[in-house]
Amino acid sequence: MDSASVGVVTPQQFVCETGIDLACGQRLDQYTLVYETYGALNAAADNAVLICHALSGDHHAAGLRSADDSKPGWWDNAIGPGKAIDTNRWFVVCANNLGGCAGSTGPASTKPATGKPFGRDFPLVTVEDWVDSQAALAQHLGIGRWAAVVGGSLGGMQALDWAIRRPAQVQRVVIVAAAPRLSTQNIAFNEIARQAIRSDPDFHDGDYLAHNAIPRHGLKLARMLGHITYLSGDGMRNKFGRELREGKLSFNFDVEFQVESYLRYQGEAFVNRFDANTYLLMTKALDYFDPAARTGGDLAAALKPASARFFVAAFSSDWRFAPTRSREIVDALMANGQAVSYAEIESPHGHDAFLMPIEPYHQMLRDFLQTPAEARA
Amino acid sequence: MTGLRADLALISDWVTDGARLLDLGCGDGALLAELAATRQVTGYGVEIDPQSVVSCVARGVNVIQQDIDAGLQQFADQSFDLVLMTQALQAVHRPDAVLREMARVGREAIVTFPNFGHWRVRARLAFGGRMPLSDALPHAWYDTPNIHLCTVRDFEGLTAELGLRVCERVMVNSRHRTSALRQLFPNLLGEIAVYRLRRD
Repeated sequence: MDSASVGVVTPQQFVCETGIDLACGQRLDQYTLVYETYGALNAAADNAVLICHALSGDHHAAGLRSADDSKPGWWDNAIGPGKAIDTNRWFVVCANNLGGCAGSTGPASTKPATGKPFGRDFPLVTVEDWVDSQAALAQHLGIGRWAAVVGGSLGGMQALDWAIRRPAQVQRVVIVAAAPRLSTQNIAFNEIARQAIRSDPDFHDGDYLAHNAIPRHGLKLARMLGHITYLSGDGMRNKFGRELREGKLSFNFDVEFQVESYLRYQGEAFVNRFDANTYLLMTKALDYFDPAARTGGDLAAALKPASARFFVAAFSSDWRFAPTRSREIVDALMANGQAVSYAEIESPHGHDAFLMPIEPYHQMLRDFLQTPAEARA
Repeated sequence: MTGLRADLALISDWVTDGARLLDLGCGDGALLAELAATRQVTGYGVEIDPQSVVSCVARGVNVIQQDIDAGLQQFADQSFDLVLMTQALQAVHRPDAVLREMARVGREAIVTFPNFGHWRVRARLAFGGRMPLSDALPHAWYDTPNIHLCTVRDFEGLTAELGLRVCERVMVNSRHRTSALRQLFPNLLGEIAVYRLRRD
């Protein structure tokens, strides 16, 4: 085992008996969050770092599920002893979001009233709902204030919401490859993904589990589409070019180009680990997030309450969450005179770069977490 | 003042306590870090070089990775007490545009640049017939980042044109030492010019 790994991790469960009132107006009387922790909470409980996951992520951010597990958590290159988010120093917490499909209460969970899966009855949850449930988890863990809340993409939106609505509970905020709200183009991509799932005959209007079915085809298409948007055009060309699997054209619709093979593989692999209703709900949470909507479209006004020190990073070839979108957050913070640093990191890997061990990126992450917390700019 | 470049040390004497600063081309953030510690200034550095941005973050300096030539439109009028630009004027594409922006964004500006009117520069061009090299201008003509070199007289011509008033001017040598003679014949004897400017 890699000495910089947190090793084998056992997920834990937090059952929130008090439930949650959701933004949509519905209520869950009780819910469960599955989460992992790495490192140790110190006596003052002031070294806790919350990691917020993105659309397809979960609570398993680092380490291995078992001794013979070959695939570490989704952000293992950044979290561990001596790594950018150093578990020798920080107590790192990552929870599967409410509505997820990795163990937290979600559409595939059993609905207490019926004894059957929620399916289409599971309410649409928002970024704010996630943050509220994470706050309940923090309280459960005895964490009054996070040393940092860190997130990429959809995770960055959660970090942003923490800073705005719970300023006293977060000292530092790291927002990577995110945006203060989705662009029209992004919502459009999400809609195609949703239509792919919802038009699958096996979808059964969301109650597919009750029909012993899974909308595999639709979910696979949604993931294939999403995957293209996470890569850059140059990145795809460099990786696959126009390479043919058989070395020649076959004049049929089987897999011919390597990129087709790759996308199909990624789509298949995703279907085996992800729930279609969760995917739908996650894309909706992305679409809905817009903190400036509460302040008449004025993002600076929305950010006014924040007192954390911010580090915002974007990647040069990311077009799904382009650097200009991150700059909107940065510019709003600067307009308020709030503490923020911004880095535009050179990378050919598109949106996916936020998960890659790019040296200056991880160096800045490490250093930023260690900067004094008082936020002055 | 320890370990700070001498021109930066000179500048720090011009900074008032608690001022709100914008440092254009802030490099590794040494000046901002020092001023934050000694004069409780707040603000941001702007820097394009990735490694310098990493250094700023390590120092706890607020840094924004951005190309100064792309403009400062994200900053509101008069939103800083002071806008600084040390040894970067000669490397930007439009020094006039940058100076205008500095005057818009800040109530006061401090600019430093290598003086192309220095006698040794003139002598090398006049008698050697070659592009000057010196401690203040160490790069060969083909790989220099300095694309808009000017003399003290050129600079003051531009500031007048832009409606900027010179509040202070200090000429130093490449070791950033001042002397009475250097202040008397700035364009001939000053290697590096340090200006404090205000809009008229």
